[in-house]
Amino acid sequence: MTTAEGAARRTPPARGRLLGLLPGGRGHVLAFAAGSTVTAVLIVAQADLLAALLAGGFAGAAPAWPLIAALAAVVCVRAALWFGLEALARRAADAVKARLRTELLDRAQRGGPGWLAGRRRGELVTLATRGLDALDPYVTGYLPALVPAVVVPVAILIRLTAADWGSALIILLTLPLIPVFGALVGAHTRDATLRQWRSLERLGGHFADVVAGLPTLRVFGRARAQAEVVRRIADAHRGATMRTLRIAFLSALVLELVASVSVALVAVPVGLRLLDGQLTLHVALLVLILAPEAYLPLRALGTRFHASAEGLAVAERAFGVIDDETRVAAAPGAAGPPPGARAGGAPAVRLEGVTVRYPGRDRPALAEVSLEIRPGERVALVGPSGAGKSTLLALVLGFARADSGRVLLGGADAAAFTDADWARWRAGLGWIGQRPHLFAGTLAENIALAEPSAPSDAVEAAARAARVDAFAAELPEGYATRLGERGAGLSAGQRQRVALARAVLRDPPLLLLDEPTAHLDGRSEAAVLAATSALLTGRTAVLVTHRPALLAHADRVVTLRDGRIAAARATGSADD
Amino acid sequence: MTEPTPGTAAEDGAAAGPAGTARTLREVTRGHGGRLALAALAAASAELAGLGLTATAAWLIATAAEQRLIGALGLAIVGVRAFALARGVLRYLERLTGHDVALRALADLRGRVYDALVPRGVRRWRRDDLLNRMSTDVDAVQDLLLRSWLPVAVAGAAGAAAVAVTAFLHPPAALLLAAGLLLAGAVLPPLAAARSAAAAASVARVRAELAVHTGDVLEGAAELAVYGAHDRFAARVAGAGDRLAAAQRRAAGAEALAGAGQILVQGATVLAVALAGIAAVDVIGGVAVVVLGLTALAVFEPLRPLPAALVQLRASRAALRRVVAVLGSAPGEAAAAPGDGGTADPAAVDLRLDDVTVRLDPSRPPALRGVRLDVPAGRRVAVVGPSGAGKSTLIAAVLGEVAPESGTVLLAGRPPAGRPDAELRRLVSGVTQDPHVFQVSLAENLRLARPGATAEQLREAARAAGLLADIDAMPEGFETLPGQDGAQLSGGQRQRLALARALLADPPVLVLDEPTEGLDDELADAVLGDVLAATADRTTLLVTHRLTGLEAVDEIVVLEDGRITQRGGHAELAARPGYFRERLTAEQLARAPLAAAGAD
Repeated sequence: MTTAEGAARRTPPARGRLLGLLPGGRGHVLAFAAGSTVTAVLIVAQADLLAALLAGGFAGAAPAWPLIAALAAVVCVRAALWFGLEALARRAADAVKARLRTELLDRAQRGGPGWLAGRRRGELVTLATRGLDALDPYVTGYLPALVPAVVVPVAILIRLTAADWGSALIILLTLPLIPVFGALVGAHTRDATLRQWRSLERLGGHFADVVAGLPTLRVFGRARAQAEVVRRIADAHRGATMRTLRIAFLSALVLELVASVSVALVAVPVGLRLLDGQLTLHVALLVLILAPEAYLPLRALGTRFHASAEGLAVAERAFGVIDDETRVAAAPGAAGPPPGARAGGAPAVRLEGVTVRYPGRDRPALAEVSLEIRPGERVALVGPSGAGKSTLLALVLGFARADSGRVLLGGADAAAFTDADWARWRAGLGWIGQRPHLFAGTLAENIALAEPSAPSDAVEAAARAARVDAFAAELPEGYATRLGERGAGLSAGQRQRVALARAVLRDPPLLLLDEPTAHLDGRSEAAVLAATSALLTGRTAVLVTHRPALLAHADRVVTLRDGRIAAARATGSADD
Repeated sequence: MTEPTPGTAAEDGAAAGPAGTARTLREVTRGHGGRLALAALAAASAELAGLGLTATAAWLIATAAEQRLIGALGLAIVGVRAFALARGVLRYLERLTGHDVALRALADLRGRVYDALVPRGVRRWRRDDLLNRMSTDVDAVQDLLLRSWLPVAVAGAAGAAAVAVTAFLHPPAALLLAAGLLLAGAVLPPLAAARSAAAAASVARVRAELAVHTGDVLEGAAELAVYGAHDRFAARVAGAGDRLAAAQRRAAGAEALAGAGQILVQGATVLAVALAGIAAVDVIGGVAVVVLGLTALAVFEPLRPLPAALVQLRASRAALRRVVAVLGSAPGEAAAAPGDGGTADPAAVDLRLDDVTVRLDPSRPPALRGVRLDVPAGRRVAVVGPSGAGKSTLIAAVLGEVAPESGTVLLAGRPPAGRPDAELRRLVSGVTQDPHVFQVSLAENLRLARPGATAEQLREAARAAGLLADIDAMPEGFETLPGQDGAQLSGGQRQRLALARALLADPPVLVLDEPTEGLDDELADAVLGDVLAATADRTTLLVTHRLTGLEAVDEIVVLEDGRITQRGGHAELAARPGYFRERLTAEQLARAPLAAAGAD
């Protein structure tokens, strides 16, 4: 991120909300304000003491030890306060980031997999980790600079008014020029910068674009020919950025001039009045030391504001995700009868004229679908991709909502389910998707996902039933081998068997299978099919599959097409 | 606040001496020495003007306090005003010259890095993840110059000037000042940077952990919901977040400690210099005492950014070392021949693989074993098989990106590996894995396959790829910008754009590596249908995972585990048990489930 890019962003409305995330609410802000105020007083005291020391020395007096001791003490306290305020700002940043991260994940959990499917998870992961670090310059740089920008000039003005009101008046009159000029020049340059922004972004991104596309350029023999273009665009980027910066830096120039010319404005009359004997050297030195200090915090604030623009953009994105209320899965606290999830011994699913629409699609994913799955019944769903099979499973899982019609799960209306109801309902489910996720942790932990405290012989029994034992033995540390992103890689077929073992361990009355062998090749498929068949025995099940071996277990085959039930047919299970 | 990117600490090893840093700096700013010096001069002058303002004002006031009317007072008043104006203007110049040289160095480095990347093989880019990393790494040159190098140069110049002025007034005070400046500028900041770098290693590790746990919660959301484990895994994220915060606090704590140390050293030094001056007031005079004290106070300000600058330096340096490594290892290769990318005589170029074994990694089994394949001119061969069977390796061997361990690949009678790029690309090109969509208009995206193509040729290629209707429906037609990496296009449009590009290139031998990758079944079949219609009578090697429609090709080869397990025509393979028939049945079931299930 170049300086120009940081400076050019619009000011987002996320600022106020970030303040609300500060830890400990008022206490933290008060501690910070108190520390900054003491620092301001110490700056004045240090200047006073130093002026006294130098004025005394000028007159030939031997330095007084109390004066030296006081000066040393002020410096020590200032250093300690500085360290403490930095640590306080750091903690504030940590707390803000932790809060935002938690809210992002909570939002993802409330939205459920259906909500997540609509966005790029990789981007969300980046936003919740590295992205949030961009907030640091704002929370540890800009926010802490706000209080000193007020209290330091005030403390200095109070002291100078008492010592030499003429100088105080000059500072009082010139100080507001900094924010006023800053805002004026800033508003003027921002428009110019914003106009350039898109072209700057495009020119700046060209190199990354071409480098990412090198394999494609190479296959068409164009890689070398692009070298000239890379140079030309990089040069154009420099030219355009510099044109923008020449204007953008004007605001800094104005501020610098105000600050340093004001010091000259103060120093020269002070010198002349000294000459007339109207002023003591002590006061003159005090004015000279304090005058530049008065402008310093305001200038620092401006610099840090520019540096924190990227962080505000990140905050805006995070709040955008958190506020996105599309398709919230659960209705927390909604009134309704508690679901009899296990009423009648086994759960049953009943759909009454259910229609599901996804935002941005013309056609409903499910249209007026009515279907009943009785306890103990195994129903296969077939149909071309996009027919609505996965959406039907998502309804049963609570990952999708019916836009009209009723979904009855275990006899209770799913529309009235609370978070707790969903948790209870899902506790009776086993689910095996197309691409099961392996979590960072051991193989045993991955199998015992639902019951982390399950005894190891239960885990191993589940593993045997799902044919996991065959490859577990070959892993370096057996069931204690770490899997997931940083652990051993498993093949697609092995992952499916781990997912099966998860379901076996839970021993659920209702089993949901979503094409468990869709991404497997011949050999690994056979092992998964055999294990799945064994698991189906004696359970209610909804199977999305096209494999004859699994279809053979179904009591009924329901065909979906374009979100509607095209045909339903009892198979009278091939085996009997 | 700034902290090294992950991986920095690991690479920040023993070679990280000042000499190494200087070499890296020289290498990445080659040819910009003059401008760099100018920027440093402007920056140092701005700081010196500030120092001059303080010193002159101090002199003015102290002299006035002696109530002696001397001519030099008027000069001092002019000096104070001049220094004040000069400081503002010089700051502006400092910013401009600094950014100018940083951007020039960046532009130049982009060109040089690009030149160095081009001759490397595609596999080298992928393995080193170079392409994703290089543009951020190159950007580090800006940080190095603006946030590290210039602050160091400025602090050095200001410190030297203050010591010189002090030495002129009272040499013993100059020794004290020099000692204080060295402590605050040359000892504390490097110590902070070193401590912060040590903490940065754990920051990088914990950050990776946090990313894994966050990924678990977001990517495994469905499993966590069904198995009621969300809270447990969310707590793991929170725990990793807290550990990251603690590690970052340790890294930042070092910087904060150095900052506090600088305040102490500044106080002690100012006090010592003032006391030394006061002790000698009879010799040097009262005016000198005041100037000494205020100069010492002012000169510590430019030292304040140094801890952050040195922490930044470590981060930028690690990135730029990777850049320098790429620059240094670029193999020299002849410049591209003119006409590069054009088409050659399409007559009778054939492709033959004879007993080809390819090993990508010496420690692992071969990716291809004893593959024989014959694609005579004008014929089409499809390669199918499970993922990981070696299909993409086969394409890489044909494109000359990998050389076989044994056996021969013959393209128009000669092996492709090692042939000059320009010549090779006139013989063979097509759709490779993950084709890139550039952030230029659709027309320019197509034209990169054939720079001189006419509008009619573009339309023809788009029509053959089934993309013309879509493009004509866009408000800006062929001038539409597809967004970053084709974000404005659908998956099908992206694949069709890649196909149109390949057709426009019109090479004698066309290779198509999974032209329907990532599309859902229906769309995949539609795109594959367009592919087959557009490649009739062309020498084509097609890798695909969809089998529907392959009746049209001359031969189908099944690749499993690096070997060819089946080959023949569509009808022939459909009749034999094996991978092909299994997949075909599954595809047909998905298409017309009831009929097929009933027939089973």
